[in-house]
Amino acid sequence: MGMTMTQKILAHGAGLDKVEAGQLIKAKLNLVLGNDITSPVAIHEMEKFTKKGVFDKDKIALVPDHFVPNKDIKSAEHCKCVREFAKEHDITNYFEVGEMGIEHALLPERGLTVPGDVIIGADSHTCTYGAVGAFSTGVGSTDMAAGMATGEAWFKVPAALKFNLTGKKAKWISGKDIILHIIGMIGVDGALYKSMEFVGDGIADLSMDDRFTIANMAIEAGGKNGIFPVDDKTIAYLKEHTKREYTVFEADADAVYDAEYTIELDKLKPTVSFPHLPENTRTIDEVGDVPVDQSVIGSCTNGRLEDMRIAASILKGRHVAKGMRCIVIPATQAIYLQCLEEGLLKTFVEAGCVVSTPTCGPCLGGYMGILAEGERCISTTNRNFVGRMGHVKSEVYLASPAVAAASAITGKISSPEEVCA
Amino acid sequence: MKAEGRVFKYGDNVDTDVIIPARYLNSSDPKELAQHCMEDIDKDFVNKVQEGDIIVADKNFGCGSSREHAPIAIKAAGVSCVIAETFARIFYRNSINIGLPILECPEAAAAIKAGDTVEVDFDSGVITDKTTGQSFKGQPFPPFMQEIIKAGGLINSINQKA
Repeated sequence: MGMTMTQKILAHGAGLDKVEAGQLIKAKLNLVLGNDITSPVAIHEMEKFTKKGVFDKDKIALVPDHFVPNKDIKSAEHCKCVREFAKEHDITNYFEVGEMGIEHALLPERGLTVPGDVIIGADSHTCTYGAVGAFSTGVGSTDMAAGMATGEAWFKVPAALKFNLTGKKAKWISGKDIILHIIGMIGVDGALYKSMEFVGDGIADLSMDDRFTIANMAIEAGGKNGIFPVDDKTIAYLKEHTKREYTVFEADADAVYDAEYTIELDKLKPTVSFPHLPENTRTIDEVGDVPVDQSVIGSCTNGRLEDMRIAASILKGRHVAKGMRCIVIPATQAIYLQCLEEGLLKTFVEAGCVVSTPTCGPCLGGYMGILAEGERCISTTNRNFVGRMGHVKSEVYLASPAVAAASAITGKISSPEEVCA
Repeated sequence: MKAEGRVFKYGDNVDTDVIIPARYLNSSDPKELAQHCMEDIDKDFVNKVQEGDIIVADKNFGCGSSREHAPIAIKAAGVSCVIAETFARIFYRNSINIGLPILECPEAAAAIKAGDTVEVDFDSGVITDKTTGQSFKGQPFPPFMQEIIKAGGLINSINQKA
């Protein structure tokens, strides 16, 4: 019986020849990540260790991104706690405002995540790095603390689901539509405790940004991780972003999967998740008349350069509907700068959008776009739970940057085809 | 070790945003977090909950964000145990790591009603609904996790092995 790609990486990380689903292992960590919400709790837990210090100052990433620039005094205290810890332990990869970005866009961009890595992060969207062929998964603050202290973590080796992507993306289809389609198909616990392994000839048609978006939302199906094979596009991306050496793992031909699904990329339509679960998906032609008050284009899911480019291409020469707010958040300083150089920021501002510094901000109802009672938002973020972006009686609809940009122009959930016709 | 308390009952997919909304995540103080526990799904929870009470829910309890503030808030609110049909995996890990007892038991999750008095025996995994007299067998923890729980959480268990 063979191993999946995830199982092979975990076996390697644990120093074992073979692992199987359900086995409990202890693996060495290549990177431990935390942000301004989860790190203070972990830092506090670190004080309880009898052994002091961190396992490797180069293999810890601390990224204040949720409530920065500091939204209030309490957030400022949290960020100060992280900053002081980073200084005390000489953490190489601490990113201050001005050099930072949303963690899951920033770390691959900085070349800190490579194929074959075992990565934990105290943020559920840590699963994003499966896009480059790493095993990466979200944990809590205590696991983060233990990871920072020992350089190891315990894992239950996951069983797997196989998603066979075929063909080429239909017009307007992006990674977001693909992953929303999958979550709609299997449900928010459809991949509970399992790895989501993406394979098939359709992957060649996906950009790295598409793959980051898809792996990012594996957690929204309950998945432990989402992972892509390493191909020419991955290698080209790594060449541009990292000097780290890496090992490429491939699934065995006789690897075992609990279930297999086929997704024909050429048959997909832009997809929207209705409140209050990401699994409540409808294709754009089934949406009906849904007026919205706000559009958010950004987040660890969809704040990358391609997301900005597609949104700008739709907003160029057009204007946000009267009474509608459109908030654009490039995910990192480098993306922000590239948007500036390409003239995308000018396009956004001329169209009546506001452009924010990188922050998780509105995605989790932190700040920078909180919703009032009864308000609706079309958003490229990842969750539409009750109260996620503000008032308990507000609503979030999840969609691609193309749909969010088109909806900003019309003031209701709209297909980009309708706006660009 | 046993727990006994009145039951607060919830449905499927109770996410960590409703367990502890992000607007309160500028604090990491357990007592402060407990004051807002379950606020967006059950406003009365914090006024009604008493030391030892038990949460029973259907599938995928604790889905969403990795915020450890969620099990911390539940524990600090006085809840002695969470029983669910299934748990989201990060919440499951976090609960074990901070010493909040949790049990997966689909039969108990389906049968137990809000307001029932329930007793949980952690050693045997037996859940007894004292209001109806029914009893259920919960999924026992693998020995590896029992070690962490017995040590009082992950950090203590690592300290003991060092």
